[in-house]
Amino acid sequence: MTDASPPLIPRPSKVYYFGTCVIDACFPQAGLAGIELLQREGIQVIFPQAQSCCGQPAYNSGFPDEARRVARHQLKAFAKDYPIVVPSGSCAGMLKHQYPHLFAHEPDIEEVCRFSSRIYELSEFMVKVLQVRLEDRGEPVKVTWHSSCHALREMAIVPYAKTLLRQLERVELVELQNEQECCGFGGTFSVKQPAISAAMAHDKVNDIMQTGAARVLSTDCGCLLNIAGTLGYRQLNVPAQHFAEFILERTQ
Amino acid sequence: MTKTADAVIFERNAAKALDDGQLRRNLRSAMTTLSQRRRTLFADTEAFEQLRAQGESIRRRALSQLPALLEQLEGRCTANGIQVHWAETAAEANAICLDILRRHNARRVIKGKSMVSEEMHLNHFLEEQGIEALETDLGEYIIQLDGETPSHIIVPAIHKNKDQIARLFHERIPDAPYTEVVEELNAIARQELREKFRAGEAGISGVNFAVAETGTLCLVENEGNGRMCTTAPPVHIALMGLEKVVEKLRDVPPLLRLLTGSATGQPITTYFNMITSPRRLDELDGPQEVHLVILDNGRSSIYGDAERRATLQCIRCGACLNHCPIYTRLGGHAYGHVYPGPIGSILTPQLEGLDEAGVMASASTFCGACEEVCPVKIPFTEILRMLRNEAYAQGESEHDVKGHGYRYTTVEGLSWKSWALYNTRPGLARIGSQILGKLGQHLPMIGPLKEWTRTRTPPPFAPKSLHQLAQERGLDNDR
Repeated sequence: MTDASPPLIPRPSKVYYFGTCVIDACFPQAGLAGIELLQREGIQVIFPQAQSCCGQPAYNSGFPDEARRVARHQLKAFAKDYPIVVPSGSCAGMLKHQYPHLFAHEPDIEEVCRFSSRIYELSEFMVKVLQVRLEDRGEPVKVTWHSSCHALREMAIVPYAKTLLRQLERVELVELQNEQECCGFGGTFSVKQPAISAAMAHDKVNDIMQTGAARVLSTDCGCLLNIAGTLGYRQLNVPAQHFAEFILERTQ
Repeated sequence: MTKTADAVIFERNAAKALDDGQLRRNLRSAMTTLSQRRRTLFADTEAFEQLRAQGESIRRRALSQLPALLEQLEGRCTANGIQVHWAETAAEANAICLDILRRHNARRVIKGKSMVSEEMHLNHFLEEQGIEALETDLGEYIIQLDGETPSHIIVPAIHKNKDQIARLFHERIPDAPYTEVVEELNAIARQELREKFRAGEAGISGVNFAVAETGTLCLVENEGNGRMCTTAPPVHIALMGLEKVVEKLRDVPPLLRLLTGSATGQPITTYFNMITSPRRLDELDGPQEVHLVILDNGRSSIYGDAERRATLQCIRCGACLNHCPIYTRLGGHAYGHVYPGPIGSILTPQLEGLDEAGVMASASTFCGACEEVCPVKIPFTEILRMLRNEAYAQGESEHDVKGHGYRYTTVEGLSWKSWALYNTRPGLARIGSQILGKLGQHLPMIGPLKEWTRTRTPPPFAPKSLHQLAQERGLDNDR
């Protein structure tokens, strides 16, 4: 996939890194792994300490004013013209595709669109900009893959993440039977409709267990929070891990 | 968080549906079949994308000139001998039907499948007036026997499996033997319905598309019951929502292909009826009178708002239901309203008001599966998000959806304001994440955490945030 087409943009020397709020609080190691994967390619990674959340929770819950307030804060925190790399399909989708909607009738819409055009999901950036080649140094392992809905549909970056995994020679990727079905996270949905969310997570976990995989990987830590929480509650010993952490682990 | 009445009811219904293992197995198996058939028919994704772009543009073009097209439709129908009636509310539409039926002394009415008639609660209304309305679509017939309402807009009895239908027929149809053989069950229904067709004094049907340029009413069906209802009795009443009009006859083939393909994976249905007039002098059969009832019931207010208007693009194929992870687990009855699933979730709160049905807009993870399959590209997520905004919009709201602001509470308003403050003050966030890092594993399980941990382990709050780790590693802070 990478070999034939030229990079999306010329290789930059510096990028911004948007860590996301879920990674910040619960999966900082996944966030660091993404940073290291970029640094290893000779990219200088800038992490603005002022960054916080993309604003999606308020945006999807009926509070667009609050979402805009938080979004404008990110615009200020990522003010320079560097590409912004995001280790999440969902947050990247918010920043790239939803900000222009959120600001459609606002005076700063042009600035917002320029900001949005700089957004790249991590695997997309690794494959389509850096054209990374990975060398597998790990033991043989069977893994499965959870496609977050926003990575799959809104960002359409799942093929890039899988491209990276397939570069790992001793990793066997077993697909889920219902890969395209939502895990039931949905941000605030998981606590506003807990019973439905739980039923969906339960089915997703059954699907994962059926593959016999030793791990489940994803681009999105929101889904992983839901899946890992459900696996843990059912005392099933299959780690749910961000793909960046997995790739770093196997290629060091 | 306080819960609104509609939310309490929905949660109770959802819990009941989720507990019903048989229901969930029936739904999962039916939805898998329907979505696989659709996928097979539209296997050429490029061709499908072209077709649905065409479908979308036909529907948008029709809506952009809706008042003029409705006027043209009325003119053409009238010229063809079809009597046109306008109903602003469901009650008005019911009264129009009753008036027609009374004039014909019709006490036994045979019905083809119509979701608009469900919206009107027509059967119940007629029953109160001493008129029997018999559903003749097999699925509708089954649920009517069981005293139920449709759980799906295309496949109304999809929540039932063969064995449940076998028991139902044996119990409710006089002299029906118990059998689980599908052909025999069909034969039982067929025999029952034949008699009813013969005795029907009036026929009622829905309308899939109404063509403005020719005054043609199109009716899509698979069982021939629609043709019986619209031709055998002396009077036929067709019911349509005012959004069902299309401009040209040539708009019909692509929409028909999209409708049947998206609904059941069929390239075309077994029957496709185009009704243009009552029986003419030289014709041997057909009704002497054809009436068209055009229902508004809140649609014109949807039409009036540019962003909400896309809701009316719908051609009622039900693909969004078949692919919805939530509908697939609950079925239609749990939604508690006539139109379930994603289309119900965007339509019902606008027709009935957010205070009645606003909770339906929260029955989505925004996974986008509905948008991906919609044959006329309705932007479901955008409309759902708009409805969520309206639910909290106090005073004058941007889109003026009925019942807007119903969900706003000071507590929820304040909590989102605090969230925004936290996420725009780095100093505050730094202190917050340090506290979370230290106390994260010892938080009291209340509020959202309580809901979360009913079926999951608590979120693994890390001792140090990514912010802290990035700083410790000396990452450039862009200062």
